Amino acid sequence: MSFPWAKEYTPASGFTKWIDEKLPLPRFVYNAVGAGYPVPRNLNYMWNFGVLAGFCLVLQIVTGVVLAMHYAANAQVAFGTVEHIMRDVNWGWMLRYMHANGASFFFLVLYLHIFRGFFYSSYKAPREMIWLLGVVIFLLCMATAFMGYVLPWGQMSFWGAKVITGLFSAIPLVGEPIQVWLLGGYAPDNASLNRFFSLHFLLPFVIAGVVILHIWALHIPGSSNPTGVEVKSESDTVPFHPYYTAKDGFGLGVFLIIYCVVVFFLPNMLGHPDNYIEANPLSTPAHIVPEWYFYPFYAILRAFTFDFILEAKLWGVLAMFSSILLWFLLPWLDRSPVRSGHYRPLFRIFFMIFVADMAVLFYCGGAPAEEPYVMISQIATAYYFLHFLVILPIVSSIEKPKPLPYSITEAVLGSDKKAVLGENTQPAT
Amino acid sequence: MIRIIAALAGLVFAGVALLAFFNGAYTALTEEPQHSADHEFHLEAHGPKGGFSFDGPTGNWDIAQLQRGLKVYSEVCSACHSLKFVAFRDLEELGYSEAQVKAFAATKQVPGIDPNTGEATTRPGEPTDYFPSPYPNAVAAAAANNNAIPPDLSLMTKARHHGSDYVYSLLTGFTDPATFEKDGKRLMEEFPDFTTPDGLYFNPYFGNLNLAMSPPLVAEGQVTYDDGTKATVPQMAEDVAAFLTWTAEPKLVERRQTGWGVLVFLLFATVLAYFAKKQIWAGVKPKKKA
Repeated sequence: MSFPWAKEYTPASGFTKWIDEKLPLPRFVYNAVGAGYPVPRNLNYMWNFGVLAGFCLVLQIVTGVVLAMHYAANAQVAFGTVEHIMRDVNWGWMLRYMHANGASFFFLVLYLHIFRGFFYSSYKAPREMIWLLGVVIFLLCMATAFMGYVLPWGQMSFWGAKVITGLFSAIPLVGEPIQVWLLGGYAPDNASLNRFFSLHFLLPFVIAGVVILHIWALHIPGSSNPTGVEVKSESDTVPFHPYYTAKDGFGLGVFLIIYCVVVFFLPNMLGHPDNYIEANPLSTPAHIVPEWYFYPFYAILRAFTFDFILEAKLWGVLAMFSSILLWFLLPWLDRSPVRSGHYRPLFRIFFMIFVADMAVLFYCGGAPAEEPYVMISQIATAYYFLHFLVILPIVSSIEKPKPLPYSITEAVLGSDKKAVLGENTQPAT
Repeated sequence: MIRIIAALAGLVFAGVALLAFFNGAYTALTEEPQHSADHEFHLEAHGPKGGFSFDGPTGNWDIAQLQRGLKVYSEVCSACHSLKFVAFRDLEELGYSEAQVKAFAATKQVPGIDPNTGEATTRPGEPTDYFPSPYPNAVAAAAANNNAIPPDLSLMTKARHHGSDYVYSLLTGFTDPATFEKDGKRLMEEFPDFTTPDGLYFNPYFGNLNLAMSPPLVAEGQVTYDDGTKATVPQMAEDVAAFLTWTAEPKLVERRQTGWGVLVFLLFATVLAYFAKKQIWAGVKPKKKA
């Protein structure tokens, strides 16, 4: 599970020896995020976001459990109980703003984590399983966030639930019954709110379970690194603790500063004013938009406006789901033996276009459904699919990568004199 | 094989998206774009001159202004608009004593039950009661207002973009459509067919320009302020916009004050974390070449 030079846990006192015999939990932690886990020495700050995502999950669970103590999932009173939390519960306003903005920051961190994976091809062998589990986590987070946004029972909650469950009605023949089954009625109401609350409480723990598998799978090959060259000897690595605990600690501090500026000074910046209007089935808001973190996929959904064999709506739904599901295929679409984008000149050009394309999709997803935004999002949607499914496989087959450093040590220090497995016992100074 | 199937799927999705694009482009080229009056003559909300006292990260309530705003709400707005998430007890935050709150609550009639007969009746309010609604239910509210239900005002400044500015602009923004112009263009010249239907009132700050609410603040001195402030229309509008900002977010100032403490702590902790990281890594970082 680890490199031969990984430090071994040695219990210091009689008590820890006793614990280590009965339940070696301290040993487990030591090997997972302690000195017993050797990590490449050259990780840059893009490698901070995994730990930050884990922090966000814990933050959401802790604030969410306390909020659930004061919230009632009943369509008659849900909106009022949220206001009760904001006004009468001690520190309720802080818990709610931390939770609502925590979801946004969770997604921000996830997107940066995924961006890291795209650029450094973290999905390639031997790390395919980590990537597949990561996509599962992302899908679960999307479902959880969507259902959480319904709970305050404001206008966007109600109409968002209606639009998103309405997507299933595009499926031929069984679409309508599926939508009714999902909502527990013909429109979002008490039955929908109750089940969404129940699932919104359950899914974070499912996510936590998949996160454990994600980290377990990570510890088998060990972390990737910015050169994409695998670890060869001890001088390529440093123990996770204290090196990366210290680095993650600093990263967490920077993250918390930005997060707290939003929570305490701009708590409604990322939300939508319409959600402070109680849900009203008889009044449709002028622009129904999801939360910002769904914008790119919402733009893809709305880009399909032309009936071609199938109904436009069905194309949109298929494309939206495919746009994420195709990430599952990435380890097999990208054939380049080189992982890091730093050594792949042609890939880098298309990757930059892809990042710009995502930015355009983000913008169009939040814009009203009118020209020129629809036309722009159609071009961007076409590029999105071409990038992953056509360009990436071709580019990875034909490009000539730049020469790779012999080892991580060479990349960091300029030379690696003893780069043979096990021989290099002293960390380079 | 997997790459061939994926490439085909990618080409299909991209192709259908491009078909939709060409269809949209064709429509855009062949059809005249639709201009609408509400799209071109809508005005962005703006705050009063000098802004509100609570603007900015260090802004604070102007307690006297909130008290004046309460008076404007009580004497003008409350005739049609409810304030259902605000309790009388909350008014202690506006600098009123417990006795004053009790006396104020007692002047309002709230729904109650006759202790002898059990029938629905009204009774004087207590500090624990919430501001009563002017109408018994939504049907009565619609019937009394030409089918437009006056919205609850508790959260109004959070339920609109730039809510405090919006309330101020809306209350001072009623004008005559016949002479209204924006950026030198006159509404009636650009859209000669534009009309404000009977029972609606022209207001360029409102989404579709025609608002069901008649101008509520019309005359100087409509409200008599206890602190001697001159009750001009902009003054009353500013005061009630400030009051509604408080009703929507009573913890606004407490939130920011907490935030400053949190940020100072986090900055300190992060600087420490930075130096800790630097020191721990000093041994394994390559020496910088001079």
